[in-house]
Amino acid sequence: MGVEIRVEGLTKSFGRQVIWQDVSLSIPAGEISVLLGPSGTGKSVFLKSLVGLLKPDRGHIYIGDRDLPYLPEHQLYETRKLFGVLFQDGALFGSMNLFDNIAFPLREHTRKTEAEVRRIVLEKMDLVGLMGAEGKLPGEISGGMKKRAGLARALVLDPEILLVDEPDSGLDPVRTAFLNQVFIDLSAQLDCTFLIVTHDINTARTVPDNIGLLYQRHLAMFGPREMLLSSEEPVVRQFLNASKVGPIGMSEEKDASELEAEAKMGLDSGKLPPIPPQQMPSNGLVRRGQHAPGAWCAAHGVTPPPGSFIDELGRNWVDEWPRYVASMQAGQAAGGAGVTPPGGPGFPPPAPGPGGAAY
Amino acid sequence: MTNESITPGGIGGSSPSGRSTSRRARRAGGGGGGAAALRKVSDGAVNVAVKEPGRFFALCLDTFRAIFKWPFQWREFIEQSWFIVSVTVIPTMLVAIPFGGILSLQVGGLIRQLGAQSYTGATAVVAIVREASPLVTSLLVAGAAGSAMCADIGSRKIREEIDAMEVLGINPLHRLVVPRMFACAFIALFLNGLVSVVGLIGGYVFNVMLQNGTPGAYLASFNAIAQLPDLLQAEFKAFVFGITAGLVAAYKGLNAKGGPKGVGDAVNQTVVITFMLLFVENFIISTLYFQFVPSKGM
Ligand SMILES: Nc1ncnc2c1ncn2[C@@H]1O[C@H](COP(=O)(O)OP(=O)(O)OP(=O)(O)O)[C@@H](O)[C@H]1O
Ligand SMILES: [Mg+2]
Repeated sequence: MGVEIRVEGLTKSFGRQVIWQDVSLSIPAGEISVLLGPSGTGKSVFLKSLVGLLKPDRGHIYIGDRDLPYLPEHQLYETRKLFGVLFQDGALFGSMNLFDNIAFPLREHTRKTEAEVRRIVLEKMDLVGLMGAEGKLPGEISGGMKKRAGLARALVLDPEILLVDEPDSGLDPVRTAFLNQVFIDLSAQLDCTFLIVTHDINTARTVPDNIGLLYQRHLAMFGPREMLLSSEEPVVRQFLNASKVGPIGMSEEKDASELEAEAKMGLDSGKLPPIPPQQMPSNGLVRRGQHAPGAWCAAHGVTPPPGSFIDELGRNWVDEWPRYVASMQAGQAAGGAGVTPPGGPGFPPPAPGPGGAAY
Repeated sequence: MTNESITPGGIGGSSPSGRSTSRRARRAGGGGGGAAALRKVSDGAVNVAVKEPGRFFALCLDTFRAIFKWPFQWREFIEQSWFIVSVTVIPTMLVAIPFGGILSLQVGGLIRQLGAQSYTGATAVVAIVREASPLVTSLLVAGAAGSAMCADIGSRKIREEIDAMEVLGINPLHRLVVPRMFACAFIALFLNGLVSVVGLIGGYVFNVMLQNGTPGAYLASFNAIAQLPDLLQAEFKAFVFGITAGLVAAYKGLNAKGGPKGVGDAVNQTVVITFMLLFVENFIISTLYFQFVPSKGM
């Protein structure tokens, strides 16, 4: 499961306005990647190009072995069935209530009975915390609810590739933390390829396996999380630390949430902050796409900033990892959870459960 | 969508350097501004003369292909037909009655001056069935049905519903445009019949009551000159008008951009373009009709 997306030399412009050029990257199958970039650098345009809604001027997008921009129409529609997409504004069908919106792909593409449809829809609505809002019309719910309903609709066919545009904009921090956990759990469960566009630095630092940064019409960098979080490249460093120091100026709008995160982290000190441990599945599964903490740094001879990979309980995940994997696999066999996984900052600290005590 | 609607144009708004260069260019102004304006005008001319018709034609072809896709969206067709009926029937009748009356008054007056008063019924047929009813139908199809359809599709477009549909593997031309286009044509047929009937009744009432015409003369001359092809060509016109209005509305709606204002612009353009196209089509069909269908001898 999960399909690799390979992008080669992609360029897109609207009229004379070049959005980005020569973007090449490969989003590995089954991994979670995050795409960052200042507002208006074309992240949403990039997502739309990946599903063939916008035709790039040049370049290739390989989904498996199919070159998406040059597919004939019926094959394009066929390929799109691999995708689940959450649009920036949710893109719900205004004339249908939430239940029908989320049931829409099931009714269109499967031959499930109405009872099965109902079961799956309610399960997904529960997953995104929308129980009880089935009968509401999209015009009657808040922005954050639209986002979550859009996400439920994107998930309903168990896609191989999930593209998510700013799941956390317009969402409160607690829900954001839960949603991040949902992403991680889904990734463990479905093994799908994830691409998340976000402005939330917290999410970018703790959730993904890979990070990419679009800046000034180019892909500034794309690679494993640890590579970008330990990078001294000024743009990457400034962006990932939400810092005022660096090449990105104020004529770029900063969101309130970014400013807040900046103040909280108290950066600008010149030293890189520690790399936080990655958030792990809460459903007792091990994600196939997850890299061992510190593996990239070790392989490339990079010393991570002091204090890296240490969670709220003071455990160092570089050491903890082999034991965690072993206990998870044992737990999967025995049907229980092993070591408590670290939550990201801002996530309610996990109580050391019985699994932890047994360790 | 939000960013586009907030920053009008939004061009070069991405990077600080892009923004400052554009500001500098604007300040440099003067001679460069004239050339730029000229280029803008010529761009616009090319756009209007070549690109837009080309894209519209492409949409027509795609829609034509989508017609033969299975299954036909009956439900959408019926809902849309009902919707179009609900926005057009009352205005149609309200327009048709005075239209029939006015024609009777004007033409009847003229005919009386010429001393051919007994032919008022005949003129009503020619004026109302052949020309006025397709005309009134086109006014309502373009003004009421086309504009509502364009607003609907356009607002779906800017809310990214169309994109979402495509991503879910559903062709919006097949799902939305084809049933709407046929609903529009189907209802136009009925509207045309309605206008003919209501217009003739209006004309009759005016002629008999206000102009002291006799019912017998009205009906006799009506029978003398009316023929079935008159009605058929009018119905054919109405069908073509409906298809045209549906396609223009779909084209403008699917290409709406720039937030709610974009939808407003699209609706506006839809009405104007549809009117122009329908009048041209009306002219062409009438000309061909006169060329190929002989008038009934008296
Ligand atoms: N259909 C379009 N036609 C013309 N220009 C467009 C279109 N869509 C996007 N743009 C332009 O492309 C640029 C990038 O837009 P995009 O929505 O991808 O930004 P973004 O990186 O997603 O920003 P944000 O973080 O605010 O969502 C903007 O300058 C926008 O004006
Ligand atoms: Mg965006």
